[in-house]
Amino acid sequence: MGNRKFKIYRGDNTKGELVDYNCDVTEGMVVLDAMHRIQADDANDMACRWNCKAGKCGSCSVEINGRPKLACMTRMNEYSPDETIMITPLKSFPIIKDTVTDVSWNYKQNKRIKPFSPSQNKNNTEKGLVMQQVDVERTQHFRKCIECYLCQNVCHVIRDQGAQDKFVGPRFMIRLASLEMHPMDDADRIPAIKEDYGSGMCNITRCCTEVCPEDIQITDDGIIPLKERVVDRYFDPFMILFRKIFKK
Amino acid sequence: MLDISEIRQIEFDVLVIGAGGAGLCAAITATKESKKVGLICKSLLGKAHTVMAEGGMAASLGNVDKRDHWKIHFRDTMRGGKMLNVWRMAELHARHAADRVIELEQWGAVFDRTKEGLINQRNFGGHRYPRLAHVGDRTGLEMIRTLQDYGIHKDIDIHMECTALDILKDESGKVAGVVCMYRETGEFIIFKTKSLILATGGGGKAWEITSNSWEYTGDGYAMAYEAGAELMDLEFNQFHPTGMVWPPSVKGILVTEGVRGEGGILKNSEGKRFMFDYIPEKFKNETADTEEEAARWLAGDKDARRPPELLTRDVVARAINAEVKAGRGSKHGGAYLDIASERSAEDIKKKLPSMYHQFKVLAELDITKEPMEVGPTCHYFMGGIRVEADTTMSTVDGLFACGECAAGMHGANRLGGNSLSDLLVFGNLAGMGASKYAKELSEMPKFSDEDAKRIIRNATSILNREEGENPYLMHESLQNNMQNNVGIIRTDSELQEGIKNIENLKEKNKNVKANGSSQFNPGWHEALAMRNLLITAEAVARAAHLRTESRGAHTRDDFRDESEEWYQYNIISKKGEDGTMQVIKERRKDADPELERIANATLEDLEAEVAEERKS
Ligand SMILES: Cc1cc2nc3c(=O)[nH]c(=O)nc-3n(C[C@H](O)[C@H](O)[C@H](O)COP(=O)(O)OP(=O)(O)OC[C@H]3O[C@@H](n4cnc5c(N)ncnc54)[C@H](O)[C@@H]3O)c2cc1C
Ligand code: SF4
Ligand code: SF4
Ligand code: FES
Repeated sequence: MGNRKFKIYRGDNTKGELVDYNCDVTEGMVVLDAMHRIQADDANDMACRWNCKAGKCGSCSVEINGRPKLACMTRMNEYSPDETIMITPLKSFPIIKDTVTDVSWNYKQNKRIKPFSPSQNKNNTEKGLVMQQVDVERTQHFRKCIECYLCQNVCHVIRDQGAQDKFVGPRFMIRLASLEMHPMDDADRIPAIKEDYGSGMCNITRCCTEVCPEDIQITDDGIIPLKERVVDRYFDPFMILFRKIFKK
Repeated sequence: MLDISEIRQIEFDVLVIGAGGAGLCAAITATKESKKVGLICKSLLGKAHTVMAEGGMAASLGNVDKRDHWKIHFRDTMRGGKMLNVWRMAELHARHAADRVIELEQWGAVFDRTKEGLINQRNFGGHRYPRLAHVGDRTGLEMIRTLQDYGIHKDIDIHMECTALDILKDESGKVAGVVCMYRETGEFIIFKTKSLILATGGGGKAWEITSNSWEYTGDGYAMAYEAGAELMDLEFNQFHPTGMVWPPSVKGILVTEGVRGEGGILKNSEGKRFMFDYIPEKFKNETADTEEEAARWLAGDKDARRPPELLTRDVVARAINAEVKAGRGSKHGGAYLDIASERSAEDIKKKLPSMYHQFKVLAELDITKEPMEVGPTCHYFMGGIRVEADTTMSTVDGLFACGECAAGMHGANRLGGNSLSDLLVFGNLAGMGASKYAKELSEMPKFSDEDAKRIIRNATSILNREEGENPYLMHESLQNNMQNNVGIIRTDSELQEGIKNIENLKEKNKNVKANGSSQFNPGWHEALAMRNLLITAEAVARAAHLRTESRGAHTRDDFRDESEEWYQYNIISKKGEDGTMQVIKERRKDADPELERIANATLEDLEAEVAEERKS
């Protein structure tokens, strides 16, 4: 595939620039491979995060030609041979160095969420929880999340409106959805979803769903049903009571 | 001049290094008994190796086949480990795995379900029954996320992207703390602690073709070794039979054994299903010998025996290797792994979604239509830090180890799925053991400032040197050396060559140089890891040279059989008085007769015994 041109952001939060690199690219290479080659040959101290190299850990999130992506799952042959490939850090988070950003805000959001609270009913047995596959499928779908934070990066509520203290972001909305839809979870998070986690801030642009490398239907399967539950609760308390009692 | 009082210090009762399944589990357990618990990891929380595990965790829950029992899990584990496992560890694991899996579910894990609504279990190599609790092919993600989401609500002081450099001890030789460095800033910090748990995982990054990430540089082995602890069984490196072989940039990335568990078959370039030719004598009675019987087994016939593709990993890896050597390899030098002809496209996407995705993106191949190409990849360390089974304490007071960095549980070869359950069982025991030890210490052991200074100076001199060796190139030459001389099939002369090269690299490493500043500088991090990789590689190569037999994952071309004599011994590596590595044979403790009886019983007898036990 020959020699290819790259522009990679080098610097920190205060100053930095796009630096030109060249790299020989062979068949099957992904963008992360090229970054590693450049690092080993020309830029020993260039920071980048990665772990699994197979789209399983969500460490290698960057923006490639302006689009948020996993560097380890983006093949070089997605780009035309004469195209210069620009690699920059995620825009919504402070830059630590080069393509590495400070994502600690996300870890703080998770801590705010009330964890799984198993109900102690007859389906909590010595052999574990009794739940049917169909009833856990939704929750499992959300639990595919690899915490790459690409969705957090593109959500305009976080990115442009700076509402980082009012909205937990799409990643944690689906964490909440996975708990709310867990057939054996007892906690009630609906008031907090409205008041603390900011479900009302999301205006369903679906940008988050578009970038999710795990194809999680963040908006349609997660956020919208949560919004509905919130609306139900505050419009029709009897409906809620009814549902709680008959919840499987 | 460096002044230690200017370096930040934090005190703990129990400090855990490593936030994979083992480390998280240990830290969570420790909070039950200890007040001040800390946890540090090299990458971000939730990204440790455990996240990559695919197939599942083994436990004799008996949800799919009621005949399962800890005794049969124990027997499978010992036979898989070629009887070299520490008996008591294999017993503890088999007895407690099921409880730990059920506990994980209470903490939030959502496993795939059986028709009755219980945790589903799948088949895996070497396991008599469907035994692996799983979530599609992303079980590790489920495990680490569950522990993470549960653990952040316990009182654990977590430090991410923080690298432990070396262990501090007091005058009497007890653990006193550890010197660490924040990767982001390059700032040093000293954690003082009464007990220290290593849960740092393995060292597969010493090989070129590997399923392991940059984190697996054997830091735990090297830190323990430098602190005077004993390492054991390091010659046993598991080469997983099915890593990707094409394209070159993904060489080594794992293809889960779950593919074979779900019915995938191995073929050579002639289209022959070759595993029938490689069934070892010991497993003949328990393995299907015709394609017809294997097909019945896949269809769920409980009387049919298991297909030979599900023999233990050492056997399958050697078979693929032999086929390739005989000129019957696949296009790019591996074997064909075919699930497309065995299962419907819908089933494959449902049971193996991440494999489907991985091949689609990385190899532009649709596994529901075409066979995959696979070959052996360095995967797992059975050996590691020698520990006492019930407490997980190493031979250094106050130093504990669990998970992949500890030795003994898996003997000469690990069964798939036995690692994730090992993390839960021994993570739990380590958390308890370390808490108990810390409680019994009346005061915090004191380290010497000189030791701390030396550790920091060693680290900073890599940056301060005017010129020196490029750490990336050093790492590449170590990987070539291990791949070529200390690989899957070993010989005396190659091992000697390997050791010689490691000695040369050690010399060069004294002069390793990283450019740039101390802030998030991967070149510096790579250079710091070189010492650990070299200690690990040396211990592997020397132990492999000493063990003149083939057993489990350790295969010597010049000593092709298991030897009765070597069955009696472990190999221990330890830092000698003169600073060089001492590698010695040490006689194993006698087995508990009851455990020995169970391990050597025939399957029929054991099944009958278990059935009888259940009746009464
Ligand atoms: C691709 C793949 C698939 C697998 N599939 C399965 C499977 O299906 N079933 C199964 O049972 N096993 C499987 N395994 C094996 C299993 O996943 C690992 O053995 C296991 O996860 C190791 O867990 P651990 O807790 O010991 O260490 P890890 O999860 O590797 O964690 C190590 C931790 O130590 C930290 N660390 C290391 N060095 C330092 C240092 N110097 N300072 C600070 N922190 C440090 C790291 O940051 C990390 O947090 C698989 C392995 C791989 C690679
Ligand atoms: S759909 Fe909602 S959460 Fe997703 S990007 Fe748009 S505003 Fe953000
Ligand atoms: S929901 Fe998708 S995009 Fe968001 S963090 Fe998880 S995997 Fe990434
Ligand atoms: S390195 Fe793990 S997702 Fe890219």
